[in-house]
Amino acid sequence: MGIWLLRRLGQIVPTLLILSVLIFGLQQLMPGDPALILAGEERGDPQVLAEIRAELMLDRPLWQQYLAWLGRVLTGDFGFSWRIRMPVAQLILEKLPVTLQLGLMAFVIAVLIGVPLGIVSAVWKDKPVDWAANGVALAGISTPNFWLGIMLILLFSVQLGWLPPSGYVSIFEDPWQSLATTIMPAFVLGNSIAGVLMRHTRAAMLTALSQDYVRTARAKGLTERMVVVKHALRNALIPVVTLGTIELGRLLAGAVLTEQIFTIPGFGKLIVDAVFNRDYPVVQGVVMATALIFVLLSLLADLLYMAINPRLRAP
Amino acid sequence: MSRPFLAALALGLSFVSGGLISGGVATAQPASQLRIGLREDPDIMDPTLARTFVGRIVFASLCDKLFDINEKLEIVPQLATGYSWEDPKTLRITLRPGVKFHDGEPMDAEAVRYSLNRHLTMQGSFRRSEIGTIDAIEVVDPLTVRIRLKTPSSPFVSQLTDRAGMIVSPKAAEAAGREFGARPICAGPYRFVERVAQDRIVVEKFADYWDAGRIHINRISYLPIPDSSVRVANLQSGALDIVEIAPSDLPAVKSNRRLRTALREDLGYQSIIYNVGNGPRADTPFGRDPRVRTAFELAIDRDALNQVVFEGLMVPTAQPVPPGSPFHDPSYKPEPRDVARAQALLKQAGVTLPVVVEMTVPTNPELRQAAEVIQAMVKEAGFELRIATMEFASSLQAAQRGEFQTYLSAWSGRPDPDGNTWAFLHSRGAQNDGKSANPEVDRLLDAAREETDTAKRRALYAQVWAIALRQDRVRAYLWHREIIMGYAARVTDFSLLPDGIIRPQGIRLN
Repeated sequence: MGIWLLRRLGQIVPTLLILSVLIFGLQQLMPGDPALILAGEERGDPQVLAEIRAELMLDRPLWQQYLAWLGRVLTGDFGFSWRIRMPVAQLILEKLPVTLQLGLMAFVIAVLIGVPLGIVSAVWKDKPVDWAANGVALAGISTPNFWLGIMLILLFSVQLGWLPPSGYVSIFEDPWQSLATTIMPAFVLGNSIAGVLMRHTRAAMLTALSQDYVRTARAKGLTERMVVVKHALRNALIPVVTLGTIELGRLLAGAVLTEQIFTIPGFGKLIVDAVFNRDYPVVQGVVMATALIFVLLSLLADLLYMAINPRLRAP
Repeated sequence: MSRPFLAALALGLSFVSGGLISGGVATAQPASQLRIGLREDPDIMDPTLARTFVGRIVFASLCDKLFDINEKLEIVPQLATGYSWEDPKTLRITLRPGVKFHDGEPMDAEAVRYSLNRHLTMQGSFRRSEIGTIDAIEVVDPLTVRIRLKTPSSPFVSQLTDRAGMIVSPKAAEAAGREFGARPICAGPYRFVERVAQDRIVVEKFADYWDAGRIHINRISYLPIPDSSVRVANLQSGALDIVEIAPSDLPAVKSNRRLRTALREDLGYQSIIYNVGNGPRADTPFGRDPRVRTAFELAIDRDALNQVVFEGLMVPTAQPVPPGSPFHDPSYKPEPRDVARAQALLKQAGVTLPVVVEMTVPTNPELRQAAEVIQAMVKEAGFELRIATMEFASSLQAAQRGEFQTYLSAWSGRPDPDGNTWAFLHSRGAQNDGKSANPEVDRLLDAAREETDTAKRRALYAQVWAIALRQDRVRAYLWHREIIMGYAARVTDFSLLPDGIIRPQGIRLN
């Protein structure tokens, strides 16, 4: 187990290295000169453009830029945002709690809606409850986030005045306000994932309910509730956990559209603005950070498997 | 509660929405805080290194300038008390006594010399091109500065009404170096409190401000909100006090009793740049023959365009200088649409129909719509306009490299006409992306730069329009933008100037 964990951790390093090369290469494919966009309306002065290029090493060959960046990253320095001149590490650390909070809240909402719906639709397969649950899932998957976001703002902020329409307040500053600012975006995000979770839970539950051990359990005379919750659900959860961690990873990578609508200063907004402004150090830093989160989450998924399924605990 | 139910409910209510607002718990805020919504997050808050328009809105509370402009675009004193020309190349500026920076240091001639030097010499300074004509800065006495220029320049003083005229505390700037923008120390009515990137910039009232009598609000928060409908929703719900709104949102804001609007035509313009000399893409009948471009422009009906896309809110134009400027030539009007003449010109030019033209359009719903309207209009004259939508950063590069035929391009505008013309129409102009070149236009633009008499300058620019625009057809100017601000009724004494900057002086909150 210890060796297994060490080996998994060891795999992270090459994964991140390969990724960093990829990001560097892909940025070169992006059209648009960073110096030009940084100069904005002041791009008229060729001397300024030359100075920007020299300062940001844009005039050097790509491999030199990469090695310089890698060297700094290895010493823990992610560089400065070209646009606002704030350290990238500080930007990431500032946004991470925001994204974590929003992602976790959305995830909880998704699980609270998706898993129970999946269970009831499997138990009452081909009954009106099943159809209704499927309808909910389909609507959840196919409603665009930006549309639902705007509708919620119009209803709860403009019409009813219950919630602030956008922005973010930290949970340490004012927990109540923090909840008020994040509940709508978390709901929008959670709903789009709830549908996916519901479909997977349903499929897994249907498989589990048709297994022999379920028939045995019923034959023993257990209540249907015990059969569904204790015997079927526990086995059905394994694929759902995998999917859940991947979806959580996606949430933590930043919910680009939703953060944009609700003006939540999280990862999604950070990276979108960075790409539009060709703020390469920020793009690199954020992608690396989210990659790390993803890798760690898939490790977590494996550990969770073991917790749920004792058969996997054998060496 | 399930999602479709909520969505249906929200949709239903939004249709009924007439603007009944209830001020809920979530929107209650301390009375003397003003919240301003910005289109995007500003860049670095260092007057020497800053370059975004939204950044200028924040600077209005942080950093006073030597001069300011008024609603007639006249130059008025701010940190300076006045100026005079000792000769065409020597400017004498007198300073306001007793002015302090946020760190308590005195704002004097030495600080002015330091700040202007910083603008001129700091690596990556965006101000150098604005005031690069400075030869030397001399401190005459603690309240007088003499600036010697390399060449006579009538737009020079107007440069000091913007970031180039902002004076920073030398002590703070020396200590912070390139990090000064993280905590700017200037002599404006508000001092910097905090900034959370992409979330907010907060400033608070500076007690020792020289004009403190006109500052009535304790705190201002600037909140970047990129989505225009969300900005308006914030205004409607009372979460923001002042925001810029899109023309399509104007009716909803106007019909709301709790909100007010302010409209002001801006200093800039929207135009179509023609590639007439930048690389192989210029080498087409469209790029070579002014008659073809004349036909193109004659096919465009600016008024109809304005009605269709902007509900008639923009100001149609044919020149780069807006009507509010003393340098605007009222006799130079857009030509009325004339399809028959356009067709005749194309025939005369002997081109094969339809003439295929590509237009590069930055990704933006309104510009895209405008391009489609133009497409339909020029089709009747015999053009097949192909619209190439491109993300903004990419379109900039494409334009500079000459990888375009026509480019729908905007300029935010400067108070002095030189800032709207020289760089774009002069053959050596750095933003002359179409690479138009006419020695006579160059001569006129240079002469207008040195001329100090308003009437004579206006006449020089009128000649530029006649040659570069009507004869050579190197650009077509389409409209001046109308800046539309929506604000809460509890905000009073708010005045909007043509530069679109929100000046905190005088504003009250009830």
